[in-house]
Amino acid sequence: MSQIGLTPAEERRMLDDIGVSTFEELLQAVPENVRLQKPLAIDGPLSEIELRRRFGRWAAADDAAHMISFLGGGLYDHWIPAAVNALASRSEFVTAYTPYQPEVAQGSLTAIFEFQSMIAELTGMDVANASMYDGATATVEAALLAQSATRRGRVVVAGALHPHYRAVLRTYLEDRAITIVADRGGQCAPEDLQAALGDDVACVVYQHPNFFGLLESPRMIHSLAHQAGALAVAVCDPVALALLEPPGAGEETSAADIAVGEGQGLGNPPSFGGPLLGFFACRKALVRRMPGRLAAETVDVNGKRGFVLTLQTREQHIRREKATSNICTNQGLLALRATIHMALLGREGMREMAELCVQKTHHASHASASLPGYRLAYEGAFFREFVLECPVDASRVVAAGRERGILPGIDMGRFDPDWRRRLLVAVTEQRSAEDIAAWADVLRVAGGVA
Amino acid sequence: MKLEGRLLNEQGGDGHRGPELPPCDVPVRPLRDLLPGATLRERLELPQVSEPEVVRHFIELSTLNHHIDRGFYPLGSCTMKHNPKINDEIAMLPGFAFAHPLAGDESNQGALRVIHELQKTLAEVTGFSAVTTQPAAGAQGEMTGLLMIRAWHRSRGEGDQRRVVIVPDSAHGTNPASVHLVGYETVTIASGKRGTVDPEALRGALGPTTAAVMLTVPNTLGLFESQILDVTALAHAAGAQVYMDGANLNALVGLVRPGDLGFDVMHINVHKTFSTPHGGGGPGAGPVAVASHLVPFLPVPVIEEQDGMLRTVIDRPQSVGRVHSFHGNFGILVRALAYILGRGPAGLREVSRTAILNANWLMRRLARSYELPHPRHCMHEFVLSGRSLRRYGVKTLDVAKRLLDFGVHAPTVYFPLIVEEALMIEPTETETLDRLEHFAEAMEQIAREAAEDPEKLHSAPHTTPTGRLDEGRAARELILRWRDPTPAEQPSPHESATR
Repeated sequence: MSQIGLTPAEERRMLDDIGVSTFEELLQAVPENVRLQKPLAIDGPLSEIELRRRFGRWAAADDAAHMISFLGGGLYDHWIPAAVNALASRSEFVTAYTPYQPEVAQGSLTAIFEFQSMIAELTGMDVANASMYDGATATVEAALLAQSATRRGRVVVAGALHPHYRAVLRTYLEDRAITIVADRGGQCAPEDLQAALGDDVACVVYQHPNFFGLLESPRMIHSLAHQAGALAVAVCDPVALALLEPPGAGEETSAADIAVGEGQGLGNPPSFGGPLLGFFACRKALVRRMPGRLAAETVDVNGKRGFVLTLQTREQHIRREKATSNICTNQGLLALRATIHMALLGREGMREMAELCVQKTHHASHASASLPGYRLAYEGAFFREFVLECPVDASRVVAAGRERGILPGIDMGRFDPDWRRRLLVAVTEQRSAEDIAAWADVLRVAGGVA
Repeated sequence: MKLEGRLLNEQGGDGHRGPELPPCDVPVRPLRDLLPGATLRERLELPQVSEPEVVRHFIELSTLNHHIDRGFYPLGSCTMKHNPKINDEIAMLPGFAFAHPLAGDESNQGALRVIHELQKTLAEVTGFSAVTTQPAAGAQGEMTGLLMIRAWHRSRGEGDQRRVVIVPDSAHGTNPASVHLVGYETVTIASGKRGTVDPEALRGALGPTTAAVMLTVPNTLGLFESQILDVTALAHAAGAQVYMDGANLNALVGLVRPGDLGFDVMHINVHKTFSTPHGGGGPGAGPVAVASHLVPFLPVPVIEEQDGMLRTVIDRPQSVGRVHSFHGNFGILVRALAYILGRGPAGLREVSRTAILNANWLMRRLARSYELPHPRHCMHEFVLSGRSLRRYGVKTLDVAKRLLDFGVHAPTVYFPLIVEEALMIEPTETETLDRLEHFAEAMEQIAREAAEDPEKLHSAPHTTPTGRLDEGRAARELILRWRDPTPAEQPSPHESATR
């Protein structure tokens, strides 16, 4: 076996050195009657040639291998600069582990510190951690932090939070702890939020831009939450944050306390929904309650700047059942990719990318709303994504698109049967005017079938 | 002028920039018209650096890391072994990397096939009925398994009564933290003299309030629980479920199946046993395998095959729900399946066999110069104690730091908590005898230095990119983000709140 370091002769020598005559003697603690007597019923071994062939066939069976995507819903087809792949695929980053020995991990630690700096800047918050599993679990961790910080139990979800994030919240918190404030015209209305608040509310969670792509009124939501003594948790999008006022901006009363979200769009491919990049930022006052890893600046014995993991007394390996969270990793490699991505684009590139999304999304929405039978489901302002009401079931639009090599949007019937005529459409900077015209053709063809 | 050690924010500046975006090819309209009512931000203080300088920055950073492709990495419990390169290549195929989970099942048959195959394969390897691949990490797998146990007790009307989880004192810290997260309480039992669970201690702790017993097999001392069949039977007799922390599954593959030991549920760290790269601290993945009675409680969606077509199914009334935005860490799952198929049944058995052989050889060799508190044959890892070096004023931390000078990573230190001055060493199967000997010689030299020249250890490391770092100062000053040392002309409120 090419991955095993020993030859049979070396094995013999090692058994002799250990003082046993056969390998089986080393297994003396394993009861005889549970030792596996037959080989596992699994396939292989496959050579590299065979692995490439088999996985190549599977990969080619996915539409993503050869179709143009207008899919969003929390995962976006953003540009990944070539240098991101080139740098982030280096062994030094890929095959290292958590920087437990900082003297030989300054590469990973410095990158985490730069990631934290960039996320804190983007969100306008004081501090950010080294990343979380994904947007959904980062949202959960924010709610858990709010519950422990306020000693209150109820979590109010305002408006159109991603349905999967809502589902994950329910898994962690149980139904009775969650109050959903239905959207009004796709957005959160102050009177509806006000009615749901009370002195048992730990936090208000909202998404901006929300699941429908619509902008919310962050300052209104933050203020109402604070008036009720609750924390304000913003679920935000890092690409949109290049243009929009960040949740941490302004006076404390009208700013968010915690900003979380999905960072996949920063240099990471959708990868069938994972691995993803949850981010988590908050006010300085909450830092000791924060989940996950944190890198901090310090100096070495010679006074030279360096970085280490810090506040580990929050974490499970020290605090065990009293830890702020059970999380013991971050998404290091994805955070690195996001850091390289933001470094390459810089503030100008980030703004330009976000603005291209806005321009192209509105161009597409304009093109589609003029087609017979199609209309925008909501009137509110939107960023990179919109809900289109179709004259036929959205599944038929999707099917028509696949015939023409286009994934025209997400059939929202998968979330709610009442939404079966709705298509959720995202347009990133990667889509050309030509792509958008071909997409509009798909809608025309599918709509004509009605 | 000093060019080394600069952060991105300390180079470049206005006018410097990386690769360009294309011009807008649709009619451009003013942002204010497109985003009516939105408040736009005024400042965005991200670095502006050219592509060549960004590349040099991250290459410089890369040279500062130790990593398994460079040298030995015996970090106990973490399984730092070679990650076959073909697996990374496969995961980057466009049909996988750009697949979108909301495109519809018809569009994603290849990706769903990979997950389905991996689930079946992991069920066979572990001896369980079904597997969810949704948990993003081992710790999330623990929580998912405990949620299923909780749902099972509730389904039997014992949900309010059973709220305690018994965990040995040698357990990973994630175990009690996960127990707390699902609203259960931890009762810790002391390990027996032999370092394994004492069935009598367990019998005393079990009762009508016990929801589960959580065990790591082999345990964190690297020892197989020789009375495991008695332990699982005792727990079941008390009405409890038995959870296996599968962090050390790499010692068992093809040799023993946890499902055959009486466990009800376990998680698998694919970044350990199945060699997906650790990525500097993630992403990993933590699939969970369950016995048949827990299948109805698996997270949704589950993948089912119907007439040759793979479908994601969410209509599962007893499911604990979703634990991840989508299907878990798919890109990692692809690598794990490629690894398993690349080894095959005999190869996987050889992986565990060689991991055990390497660990035992290294343990016997190092037992000549360090204290070995539990001298039985180990499985894939073992734990030494540095306590005998105390007489020279040397701590385990000093040994760890000095090891870095030899071009190897330090073992896991001060864990498990039940061994004083612990050094937890896991060589893995991919190391050659030369590498093991080199490490043993380094450890032996350090043991001599402790007696002859302890200062050399106290001041270590000597050859690394930075000297020993002041962790106390980091926690006191709490500088968690870069700040411009020159005051801005108009300090923004969110900046002034920092530090």
